[in-house]
Amino acid sequence: MTDKDQTIVTAGGHGRFPWSHVIGYIFSLVLTLVALLMVINHVASGGMLLFVILLLATIQIFIQLFFFMHITEKHGPAYHIITLAVALFFTFAIIAGSLWIMTFTQLSS
Amino acid sequence: MGGVKQFLSHFFVTGPFEIGGDVSIGLVSLAILFVLTRYKLWGWLWRNWLTSVDHKKIGIMYMLAALLMLFRGGVDALMIRTQLALPNSQFLGAEHYDQIFTTHGTIMILFMAMPFIFAMMNIVVPLQLGARDVAFPYLNAISFWLFFFGAMLLNISFVIGGSPDAGWVNYPPLAELQFSPGPGDNFYLLSILISGIGSVATGINFLVTILKMRAPGMSLMKMPMFSWAVFATCIDIIFAFPALTIALGLEFADRILGAHFFTLNGGGNPMMYVNLFWMWGHPEVYIVILPAFGIYSEVVATFSRKRLFGYTAMVTSLLLIAIASYFVWLHHFFTMGAGADVNTFFAIASMFIAIPTGVKIFNWLFTMFRGRIRMTIPMMWVIAFIPNFVIGGSTGVMLAAAPADYQYHNSYFLVAHFHQVLIGGVVYGMLAGMYYWWPKMFGFILEERFAKWGFWLFNIGFYVCFMPQYPLGLMGMTRRMYTYPAGLGWSSLNMISTVGAFVMGIGFIFIVLNIVSSIRHPVKDTTGDPWDARTLEWSLPSPAPHYNFARIPVIDSRDQWWEMKQKGMTKPDDSTPLAPIHMPKNSGKPFIMGVLFFIAGFGFVFNWYVLAGLGLLGVVITLFARSFDYDTDYYIPVDEVKHSEAAFGRS
Amino acid sequence: MAVDVDHSVVKSADHGTMLEYSTEDGALKILGFWFFLAQDMILFACLFATYLILHNRTAGGPSAMQLFDVPGFAAETFILLTSSFTYGIATFQMRNNRLKSMLIWMGITVLLGLSFVSLELKEFITYVLQGATISRSAFLSAFFTLVGTHGLHVTLGIFWMISVMIQLVKRGLTPVTARKAFIVGLYWHFLDVIWVFIFTVVYLTGVMK
Repeated sequence: MTDKDQTIVTAGGHGRFPWSHVIGYIFSLVLTLVALLMVINHVASGGMLLFVILLLATIQIFIQLFFFMHITEKHGPAYHIITLAVALFFTFAIIAGSLWIMTFTQLSS
Repeated sequence: MGGVKQFLSHFFVTGPFEIGGDVSIGLVSLAILFVLTRYKLWGWLWRNWLTSVDHKKIGIMYMLAALLMLFRGGVDALMIRTQLALPNSQFLGAEHYDQIFTTHGTIMILFMAMPFIFAMMNIVVPLQLGARDVAFPYLNAISFWLFFFGAMLLNISFVIGGSPDAGWVNYPPLAELQFSPGPGDNFYLLSILISGIGSVATGINFLVTILKMRAPGMSLMKMPMFSWAVFATCIDIIFAFPALTIALGLEFADRILGAHFFTLNGGGNPMMYVNLFWMWGHPEVYIVILPAFGIYSEVVATFSRKRLFGYTAMVTSLLLIAIASYFVWLHHFFTMGAGADVNTFFAIASMFIAIPTGVKIFNWLFTMFRGRIRMTIPMMWVIAFIPNFVIGGSTGVMLAAAPADYQYHNSYFLVAHFHQVLIGGVVYGMLAGMYYWWPKMFGFILEERFAKWGFWLFNIGFYVCFMPQYPLGLMGMTRRMYTYPAGLGWSSLNMISTVGAFVMGIGFIFIVLNIVSSIRHPVKDTTGDPWDARTLEWSLPSPAPHYNFARIPVIDSRDQWWEMKQKGMTKPDDSTPLAPIHMPKNSGKPFIMGVLFFIAGFGFVFNWYVLAGLGLLGVVITLFARSFDYDTDYYIPVDEVKHSEAAFGRS
Repeated sequence: MAVDVDHSVVKSADHGTMLEYSTEDGALKILGFWFFLAQDMILFACLFATYLILHNRTAGGPSAMQLFDVPGFAAETFILLTSSFTYGIATFQMRNNRLKSMLIWMGITVLLGLSFVSLELKEFITYVLQGATISRSAFLSAFFTLVGTHGLHVTLGIFWMISVMIQLVKRGLTPVTARKAFIVGLYWHFLDVIWVFIFTVVYLTGVMK
């Protein structure tokens, strides 16, 4: 042990048990399982089912961000949250835009 | 023995231009080696430049590389124009012509415009923000060396293996292995993939620098306009470059793994490449033009002796352009024939961009209005830019009209349009920036006589070269056409255009002469503020000390340095005591990493996977070696800071 | 919300005392890494877009329905979800200054990561042995590239994590090592998010009737 270790101050000793992590984990397991079972038992028709499982996946993003990635922690303004929001927006634009543009080939092939 | 001979004849390109190239590259390299050895400069080169993590030095290296690439791309351009000067010309072979327009486009966009904007960003942004370096100086050095070795990889294709020849957009199926066998196309893909990693890193680096390293008191809305422009650029960089990486990466997978992304058989879809490419390609246009907009804003305010007109509108329009530039990419392939709804959406989005751009033009004009204008060289480039960009912008709106675009598409009308915005917008901006910040970089001012010759020749040459290309396009001359028969009515316009191109070339020579003669008879900038300018970088001595600011300034106004001068100050406040300055240590690893990436890239180009694998392994080892290195920074003691400040006549 | 109790404790703690944020350099690097993740997200968005355009173009070769094996990809998913959780615990232990426990949880994460990668490799080999190679069809090119890029990210993450563990053993918990561990964590959780979408968009829709 170096003496550097002596100077450490951590975020208090409050965390005896990582409740939020366990809850996040349970959530992610349940959401995954629900999606899997819905597809295996094809509980709904194609479009509806697709919508529901995509929704479940989207919820999982937020579970990772809030329960594991500590997204609310920041040092100064929350630039990373803004950037991620913009990135999500562009992600949507790229995928939806490509599908919209490229459907012409589906018609022609 | 015969095998070796055959290999060598494929490996080294043979032809009159290439042998000329070999000889001149050989002679220049020998001359450089001789000078470095004769004057014992190897150590100096390594310690002061190759291992430097100083943003100012990295910026200067970017600028030198950009000027060199401007020369290479310019020679390509002159060869293109020579070929097209006369009908049925046999100056270049068809295949050779294809190679030259491909390397011209690739070099000018990716290895001239990009490093030139990175040069300006590096040299200016930390100084404007009151910071001592960028957020990640080591990463900044990596970015530079990845760009540099990427550029070298592309340039080496001229003499080894053969140049790419599928156009700078490298569309499949032409660029697929079936139609472009041989290493040429791999050079294109690898060189851009390697330098692209560096570009993304620069984007992240400057975004963090701008958001987190501004001097105390400098809120975002007190930030100088150039830094705002770089901010908008960096947003575009980090969200657009991944699309290029994927487009080129997938094409590369087609070529080396036999995948079927963009092939004609196996279910591939070539238009998906076009879609991905322009998802990067259009924001890229704004990546190179927005910093130029920032430069115009700085120069126009300084030389009109007025505050920049409409600061808030300028910021808003920058951000609007940055975001809207993601929603126009389809206008590069209206003719693909997506539905009317798709074409309509992208046509309207494209035209919309003209609005914030127009706002900026008016703001520059209003800044000049009733200002006390000084016609210095940077200001001349700005004033020349405005009519140029207005014409380029108007033809852009014409091209954005989807039905009409079916007529203009891939014609010389388009060629004239994008040269008008890219030269008249980007190159003029970069030259304005170079003249404006040159004293800050080197401590002396560029003389005016040759500079004016360069300016006028380049400008007149520009119009003579590109105006005839609009009618040529309307008369049916298509882009990338190798030659044309006599009697179409194109001959005289083509000849005029070629004359213009050579006048531009002479203009460029004058700019180089201008630099050389200014180095020989320098007009020293002793004050650090030769233009009586407004922003923080001019409060420092020229060239700025390596730690930039002995004391981090406290900001209370947009034109901080101007306001300080209004209060009668001639140098920054030096009443507070000095403190030791925390600085990053130089490192050879970024340079080594660049070399290793070059080796890996070279291996992939020739499908020598062992070499490629070794190169990549070397890259990974360098990354881990850095991670385990904890001795990365040091403190400059107060005495040393005092000593160096005293040398500038400050305390 | 009751579930937020512990979370809010972490949130409300003074950030100046959180090791990884305790230096200016640490805070800059964490923000820079968030930006890196944003660009990586766009990278995957392009791969997803390509997959969606090409996923029906099987060129007479095997389709998703014929290839994908539900227990196989379900196992991969649960392993990766669990590894994200175990790394979360490692970060939690770091925040409580329990180095040894932190290293154990990181070690578990590495093992889970390795088993994920080997399962994925096994899946790929099975496909290739059936003749479903990357050059068989556009669908398979897009599939292997999208899933393979994620797999490469995970592999790199494993090596990175091991390197940070070595540094933690050598130097203990310092602002620098804590920052590195935190950033690897961000990377790891991000890869989990990407996988959830691969699971949904590639595998679940692939086996959907």
